[in-house]
Amino acid sequence: MNRNLKVKAGIIVALVLVCVYGIIGIPRSRAELVQNWKNNIHLGLDLKGGTHLVLQVQLQDAFMADAETVIDRLKEQFGKQNIAFTDITRNDLASLDDADKIQITIKGVPADRTNDVRSVASDDFPDWILTPINSTDYRLTMKPSSALKLKEDTLNQTMQTIERKINGLGLAESSVQKRGRAEAEAELLVSLPGVDDPARVKALLEEQAMLELYEVKDGPFGSREEALAKHSGVLPFNTKMVPAVPRRGQDQGWYLLARIPVVRGADLRDARPSQDSQTGAWETNFVLDQDAARRFERFTEANIGNRLAIVLDGKVLEAPTIQGRISDSGRITGAANQQEASDLALNLRAGSLPARVIPEEERTVGPSLGADSIKEGLTAGLAGLIAVVFCMLVYYRGAGINATLALILNAVILIAALAYFDATLTLPGIAGVILTIGMAVDSNVLIFERIREELRTGKGVVAAVDTGFSRAFLTIVDTHVTTVVSCAFLFLFGTGPVKGFAVTLVIGLIANVFTAVFVSKTIFDWEFSRKRVATISI
Amino acid sequence: MQLFKNTDFDFLRWKWPFIGLSLLLSAAGLISLWAKGGPKYGIDFRGGALMYVRFAGKPPIDKIRSALNKHFPVDVTEVVGSNEVIIGTDLHNDQQLNQARQVMQDTLESAFGAGESGKLDLNNSGSEALADRFRDPLQTAGVSLSEAQLQDMAKAITTARDTQHSGLITDYNSLSAVPGVTPKVIPVLQRETFLSPFNVRSTEIVGPKIGADLQHQAVLAVLYALGGMLVYIAFRFEWIYGVAAVVAVFHDTIITIGLFSLFNKEISLTVVAALLTLVGYSMNDTIVVFDRIRENLKLLRREPLESLINRSVNQTLSRTVLTSGLTLLTALSLFLFGGSVLNGFAFALVVGIIVGTYSSIFVASPILIFWQSFVESRKKRPQSAPPSARLQRESVGRRTAKVK
Repeated sequence: MNRNLKVKAGIIVALVLVCVYGIIGIPRSRAELVQNWKNNIHLGLDLKGGTHLVLQVQLQDAFMADAETVIDRLKEQFGKQNIAFTDITRNDLASLDDADKIQITIKGVPADRTNDVRSVASDDFPDWILTPINSTDYRLTMKPSSALKLKEDTLNQTMQTIERKINGLGLAESSVQKRGRAEAEAELLVSLPGVDDPARVKALLEEQAMLELYEVKDGPFGSREEALAKHSGVLPFNTKMVPAVPRRGQDQGWYLLARIPVVRGADLRDARPSQDSQTGAWETNFVLDQDAARRFERFTEANIGNRLAIVLDGKVLEAPTIQGRISDSGRITGAANQQEASDLALNLRAGSLPARVIPEEERTVGPSLGADSIKEGLTAGLAGLIAVVFCMLVYYRGAGINATLALILNAVILIAALAYFDATLTLPGIAGVILTIGMAVDSNVLIFERIREELRTGKGVVAAVDTGFSRAFLTIVDTHVTTVVSCAFLFLFGTGPVKGFAVTLVIGLIANVFTAVFVSKTIFDWEFSRKRVATISI
Repeated sequence: MQLFKNTDFDFLRWKWPFIGLSLLLSAAGLISLWAKGGPKYGIDFRGGALMYVRFAGKPPIDKIRSALNKHFPVDVTEVVGSNEVIIGTDLHNDQQLNQARQVMQDTLESAFGAGESGKLDLNNSGSEALADRFRDPLQTAGVSLSEAQLQDMAKAITTARDTQHSGLITDYNSLSAVPGVTPKVIPVLQRETFLSPFNVRSTEIVGPKIGADLQHQAVLAVLYALGGMLVYIAFRFEWIYGVAAVVAVFHDTIITIGLFSLFNKEISLTVVAALLTLVGYSMNDTIVVFDRIRENLKLLRREPLESLINRSVNQTLSRTVLTSGLTLLTALSLFLFGGSVLNGFAFALVVGIIVGTYSSIFVASPILIFWQSFVESRKKRPQSAPPSARLQRESVGRRTAKVK
């Protein structure tokens, strides 16, 4: 055999082996083969079943929270410097688009203290711009660069918190990604393959899980009016009204709590579910970090007999009486079952979300549909392959075998490429594989038709085959380029499953240039090297 | 075997009838679109909630509709050929949409859940929920399983349900083949669970904002793709070829969308993907014909343009019909066997390939002729020299020597 031919054949065989290894490894048993196959080929959500969520992060929440911190500190500073004021408030931001329209309005400062106000603003609050409204009122707005930074930080922090929540659920292969830019869309793409209870996961992700412990000043009251009446219409200084979570059989209660919490969620070091040994009821235990533990200890020691409010996401969960000094741990009771207690613990560990998330899109594919889709995809693929191979054999006879081999190798390379690139196979992706079979054969047809033409003009067999391949090569590349270009647009514009389709089609077409030209030619060359041929079956 | 040996059809003689046919088809499609108020957008573009539910027997559509209409207006359609229904709502309120899936599922459960409160629905629960449910009852029944064995068995039950029974178990005894389900386990299953007659196959909820964004992006993508093709072909050949190719593909797209409207099929994201693919694929045939025309322009310098184009088309006929035919075969097998999810996608491909092949032969080439006559009529050169190939070449074949 010609040396050149040996090298070519060697390349092809090596490629086949590499591909097969990529798909099924080196299995020692049938079970291992199936396992390797499953490991190497990642199935998309629409084939495996699972949930895909697009969450919009309400960045405006972070802006409002930031403004509140600034207001607190402003009041502190003004107090220290004896600057009088009537009121300092922030505006309300209704939606994401309003996020950077945050404003703090300072009212009622005596006109002669203007310079002091200015120096407080520039020294302590460099992210904000002070503009006077009139001689006594001012407005603070955020600098655009600081606003952008806050948006990005909030988005990142939200993404990380959600990642921790998902990891806490132990979902392998789940992922969170940013979609769009922070300045514009602020969306997170959450992909949860294999999740068959999306309601629970959604609830988990949406929960802000902000835990705070407050001193209870008074309560419970049946309504806000009742509380106000008791305190003659005005709430005492440094307190606030907080609603309670309605329990079965009770009306909604309200509590009067201290305004600043003793302990915040960020102070938690750990949280775990546990079961009360006597009653069997599930509860969530939490452990505070050192600083918070010391604060908590002082507080509980000074308040034995008073009540402590455990507030989750702005609602009072329970208000037990402080029996004795507690230092670093506490527990939250009232969970209905183990899952509730454990979900709460998970949320506390993950940390609270700096901004709310609202689901904008949700797609759930049940595992039964996924399994059916795979079956249907494979059936269609097989039917298509058989039809195409049959036609090629009938129309091109011997050369048809050549084309079939190239086609099968094309499919193998395609699947191996998917495995090596860790690409996800989706249902449109399977459609892409099937389409590749149809389009791949195009190249062979181009070459064979050219060869037939050359044979008709009377050329010898070997010369005809050579010319056929060389003349057709450029046309093959031309025709593939247009489909590849439109696939590039598809990839840019499409979402998950559609991207999968674009990727499989592109890889299939690129592999096709190789198989239709290099491999087919090598097979022909091999045929010619075996014996002198006057005619070929084409 | 050879189908098209040395054919010599005079395609261009029939250009007017074929253009008439194209216009007719396009008009039919456009009228249908206008009459129905635009294309029938799928949920991806419209927003709303959609739930695919399969029933064990024939789905009781009226009962479903009345049960759900109490919460919000729904649209219940049956999927022909199977016991599946598609429940859709056009809600645009974010809050309601968010809850939509849970509300729909709960309503279905209470309407069809055999009313046995307290029991878990075997056909619509995950493996973890099942394991949680069975843990204590199994202990009481004397079946001792470790936690890992319990989880494995629950997983095996759900896998068997999904892969072998398409998500719906109608008889507890069909579970006896599942590994880990011993005869002692089945009574526990019967006590703790019930078999609802339906299984939720998939749900899609799309907020209105995303829907509008996607519409916008889809149109842009198609326009960019067409523009890209124009540039590429103008670069490889000449700009008039680019225009001819783009007009042909645009014509294909209009006809395909029109047919979707005529047959009342939905345009979803995957359908747009199919259309984009067709834009690229349809170019193939067109390029092959143009390639041959260019080659012949070089070889056959004295031949009049019309007969030259005819000859080129005839020469490539065999290849064009064959490859389109083979790709059509694969698209057809997708359409027939590929299942309901890919149905719209496959339909778009089948129609697009047929129309695309037709347009490469009967639409793209006549445009070249028209352009050439248009250019000629504007020039109005004195008829001193023979109306030779030279003149004809000027407009269409001008830069042939430079290219390739």
